[in-house]
Amino acid sequence: MSELLAVEGLQKYFPVTRGLIFQKEVAQVKAVDGVDFTVNAGETLGVVGESGCGKSTMARCIARLLEPTAGKIVFDGRDITHLDRNAMRPIRRDMMMVFQDPYASLNARKRVGGIVGEPLEVHGIGTDEERKRRVQELLEIVGLNPEHYNRFPHEFSGGQRQRIGIARALAVNPKLIICDEPVSALDVSVQAQILNLLKDLQADFDLTYIFIAHDLNVVRHISDRVMVMYLGKPVETGSKEELYAEPKHPYSGALLSAVPIADPTLGRARRQIVLTGDVPSPINPPAACRFHPRCPRFVDGKCNVDEPLLTPVPGAKDHGYACHFPLEHWPMDEDDFRRVGGMVPATPAATSSE
Amino acid sequence: MALLEVTDLVTRFRTDDGIVQAVSGVSFSLDRGQTLGVVGESGSGKSVTFLTVMGLVDPRHADVTGSVRFDGNELLGASFSTLRKIRGQRIGMIFQDPMTSLNPVKRIGWQLEEAVLIHNDVSRSEARRRSLEVLDEVEIPRADARIDDYPHQFSGGMRQRVMIAMALINQPDLLIADEPTTALDVTTQAQILRLMKKLQDEHGTAIVMITHDLGVVAELADDAAVMYGGRIVEEAKVQDLFAQPEMPYTWGLLGSLPRADITAARLEQIPGQPPSLLRPPNGCAFNPRCAYAFDRCRAELPELRPSPTSGEHRFRCHLDDADRLRIWTAKKAELTSTEGTAA
Repeated sequence: MSELLAVEGLQKYFPVTRGLIFQKEVAQVKAVDGVDFTVNAGETLGVVGESGCGKSTMARCIARLLEPTAGKIVFDGRDITHLDRNAMRPIRRDMMMVFQDPYASLNARKRVGGIVGEPLEVHGIGTDEERKRRVQELLEIVGLNPEHYNRFPHEFSGGQRQRIGIARALAVNPKLIICDEPVSALDVSVQAQILNLLKDLQADFDLTYIFIAHDLNVVRHISDRVMVMYLGKPVETGSKEELYAEPKHPYSGALLSAVPIADPTLGRARRQIVLTGDVPSPINPPAACRFHPRCPRFVDGKCNVDEPLLTPVPGAKDHGYACHFPLEHWPMDEDDFRRVGGMVPATPAATSSE
Repeated sequence: MALLEVTDLVTRFRTDDGIVQAVSGVSFSLDRGQTLGVVGESGSGKSVTFLTVMGLVDPRHADVTGSVRFDGNELLGASFSTLRKIRGQRIGMIFQDPMTSLNPVKRIGWQLEEAVLIHNDVSRSEARRRSLEVLDEVEIPRADARIDDYPHQFSGGMRQRVMIAMALINQPDLLIADEPTTALDVTTQAQILRLMKKLQDEHGTAIVMITHDLGVVAELADDAAVMYGGRIVEEAKVQDLFAQPEMPYTWGLLGSLPRADITAARLEQIPGQPPSLLRPPNGCAFNPRCAYAFDRCRAELPELRPSPTSGEHRFRCHLDDADRLRIWTAKKAELTSTEGTAA
């Protein structure tokens, strides 16, 4: 399988400024702080993490909607990190986005035909007549009635609007579609329709997806490989099978354990691992391992001193974690979870400063 | 006697486009210390049902009929002062979005104290003492230092804790939680659900958990009710509902959910969208989306009837027992045949 996208050391810092005129920079929000990964053609990389972990910022940097602070983005064999607007334009044809909020991401004053046809227009593809035919074809592909060409977005439900967003992304036959929480605003029955549609389109049009979501079950359903992010950094990556069957990073474990299970018997039998506190501010992220203030396996003098690097799991094909004290097995109950390699951590995790 | 007994509740909104039949004949009861999970998609009438129970729909736009008995007293048509004594005192409510339900220009402590002072004849210092106590109880770290913060200084999860604190500060008999964890991250959701369970064990509060997430119902509820098109379409003990759902919409909901414990190659999808409550379909509200609908479903609304296995398990469907059993058995086999490694 060929590599379609390679990201190395990607960073995005936003300045925090004070003062009206001189805008003195007083701090930086380290939204994305060193992310490396690759995506192969035809696969789906799922990115999971809680709000504020930098997953959307990362997506926007890859699409060059935001300027990365540092790092390198290689798309389809070409370094696109510092291309200017004009050089970037033809590449945008191959890299489209689907956004979270189907209410905000469609221009309310344009007709569906105009919205879906806009990428064709921007890239100067086809005559008016050809574009119209292509748009109607696209509407049919995503399961909408081609006769709705002249309607406005407000005439559609949330799920239908998300289909319009997908049709727009498909218009120019892209290679990569970055889906930023495409189903989180939808009801479950509609969410299933959209997930099935995305899977069908991937098979029909050889698409590669970066699929960003906070719902672990959704990511598990759609992805081939998964990256778990915490405060701007990946803490674990792996194939879906490896990562969900045997998470190594305590944060991945806690996330998996926190997901409600739609089976009262199974769900209540397990002993959930519940983290304390909230995700800290990315302005002054915790030193060394960023997860250490919330980690039940925190070891003083190690986790808050040495930053763990992404380490491959021995014997695994494509599974890595950034932790000094990875989980020995899975599933685990809460007591096991706290026991690092048989020893109980000296000091319990400090209460988070929120 | 049940703590909350709702009979034949109907809520209709008069709008410029016509009458919206938001709730069309909902009945249920809830005992002390129990948790009722109400599941449904947007527009199923689940929120409006409980806004009506609380007397929070505006009579200028809405017609309400039926009966809501709380601890033996009728709430529908009760005077404002009666309702005011009950709301916030004996029934607490938590809403989905903690930012819009807290007053952004008042300190957290002030808002909590207000809830105490309205219902109790105590001094402000006593109210403040109670506020601190309840903030501790909902596990806000360093409550004494945070009590004079404004809502924007709290994170989403902390704000939801404050909302829970406020709902529980007068030790209500009933807590109505409308999508309390939907806006939260999973780890925070797990914290909040665990906290609600703990507080229920300690105080014996009955909880109504309104949610679209079947997982949350499975984890927390004793009884579950599935709503669709303004009606309860299935209700049962939560174990029974998940083990042997009796109606096509519930099958669809369970099949369309990406699961942690089951690997499905493809999700079952319910075609179409939830019905418009302005012009609900004839017969069973689910018939336009139902794969098994036949003529009778399009003509006649199915009654809520007991399942063959349990009288407490009731559902609305015209399919006969043998057909339903056959279809569900096949579906269940399909689900488990694609089962991979259990999480």
